[in-house]
Amino acid sequence: MSNIENFQELQELSRDNKRFYDIFIELESAKLEKSRNQLNDLMIAHLNDMRASIKQGLKNPQLSVSGMSGTDSYKVAERYNNGKNLPMNKLFGKILSYALAVIEENQRMGKIIACPTAGSCGIVPAVVVAYAEEFNIPEEKQINSLFTAGGIGKLIAQQVPLAGAVAGCQAECGVGSAMAAAAIVELMDETNDMVINAAALALKNTLGLVCDPVAGLVEVPCVKRNAFYAIHAVSASELALAGVETVIPIDEIIVAMKQIGYLMSPDLKESSEGGLATTDTGKNIAQKLEQLWFDNK
Amino acid sequence: MKYISVFDIVGPSMVGPSSSHTAGAVRIGLLARRIYGRKPNWVKFTLYNSFAKTGKGHGTDKGLVGGILGFNVNDVRIKDSFKYAKEQGIKIEFSMKEDFSRHPNSVDIKLYNDSSMTVSGNSLGAGEVQINAINGFNVDLRGDFPTLLMIYKDQPGMLWKVTKFIQDANINIATLHCERKDKGQEASTVICLDTLLPDELVEKINTTPGIYTVRSIDMLEK
Repeated sequence: MSNIENFQELQELSRDNKRFYDIFIELESAKLEKSRNQLNDLMIAHLNDMRASIKQGLKNPQLSVSGMSGTDSYKVAERYNNGKNLPMNKLFGKILSYALAVIEENQRMGKIIACPTAGSCGIVPAVVVAYAEEFNIPEEKQINSLFTAGGIGKLIAQQVPLAGAVAGCQAECGVGSAMAAAAIVELMDETNDMVINAAALALKNTLGLVCDPVAGLVEVPCVKRNAFYAIHAVSASELALAGVETVIPIDEIIVAMKQIGYLMSPDLKESSEGGLATTDTGKNIAQKLEQLWFDNK
Repeated sequence: MKYISVFDIVGPSMVGPSSSHTAGAVRIGLLARRIYGRKPNWVKFTLYNSFAKTGKGHGTDKGLVGGILGFNVNDVRIKDSFKYAKEQGIKIEFSMKEDFSRHPNSVDIKLYNDSSMTVSGNSLGAGEVQINAINGFNVDLRGDFPTLLMIYKDQPGMLWKVTKFIQDANINIATLHCERKDKGQEASTVICLDTLLPDELVEKINTTPGIYTVRSIDMLEK
């Protein structure tokens, strides 16, 4: 089986309503020389690691070395466990707190699944695990949704390297959000077209997102951004499930994303030389941490 | 072009927080250990540029030490790698430098035991790494193939002798890169293979006259 180059090819391959996960599992099986069962086992191991990172993150509210993050997932979970008159449902609270839990666990050197990157590792696990719990979705379907999400990410990665240093955060949390939106539609058993629309709508609305981390750390704005973009994925999937369609085809959105990444100043691409990183507070935090690091050695 | 797998996107399983500054650091450490070929008792790291500046917050130091100990990128012991190094009697030292002629995320690792070796590496992003120098030789070793590294006397027939061994074992060569310092002095060759060489073959190459150093370096886990 030859590689799938873009979304147009994917849509042609699925013309007889073949599911995207089936197509990607077949492709991976051919390219990695592994059986369907072996691939499933690999993905189950990843799903288990995702679940474990959520659990670990929620029960471990500690501030990071910089003091910038570490207790937000706990705060949100508390609100949704104990709060009264909550405007949103339990699913909403779970998605927010799970995304925060995973990315906080990442910051304290816990084990996570990069998805697509470490800095965006909270988005896909949060929606897949929260939806599965709230809708009692069997594990097989969760695995399938991860193959679809991964396939979507792969097709984007073939055009734009998924690194903040190359294309800004649109290539990290933006892509994570598109993958998560696609996963939700897959979990809901809806059409291939809706999967593509969900991914396209999510991605389109993250274009231009820069990577300007304070002190170069995966904390500000990354930690809270994972929570925001998990919910962003829910919005995109809801639009797609309602039949809203993207005007710009997803392959063209990716071209735009690549162009925007190229036009983005290097100061805003993971170098911490602009944006939030060079605010007065951002610079102060960076200076303090640098001092701490040199003093210790 | 390299095939991008679904598992490159959903994965790898790793300890955080950064694929370039943590997972990349572990992988450079792992390759350095494999290149050195045995347990060191003293390791000196020099971190450059972004590695030096933001390494602490990213656990770059812990990652590098974890790699030297043979920990994989998703090993939760990485967090406490300094403790494990101490238990194994490995002395660790770090220093920081700025040198903008170097890659933003780069490190020199000097390993000591009965003999010393210096290995330099860069973390290229998304967990991809490159060893770019070994004892002053320029190399390009990325851990994506089983690799044979040799340092030997620059004289006629050396490559032929070694590639003949590889051919006899019916192993295919993917790429081959040679360097030398001066005519008739030391030369180095890095050969990427489709299969890891069996130990007895490595031993045969090792005992070939004119060969100073041979290492068979397995590829990094995905």
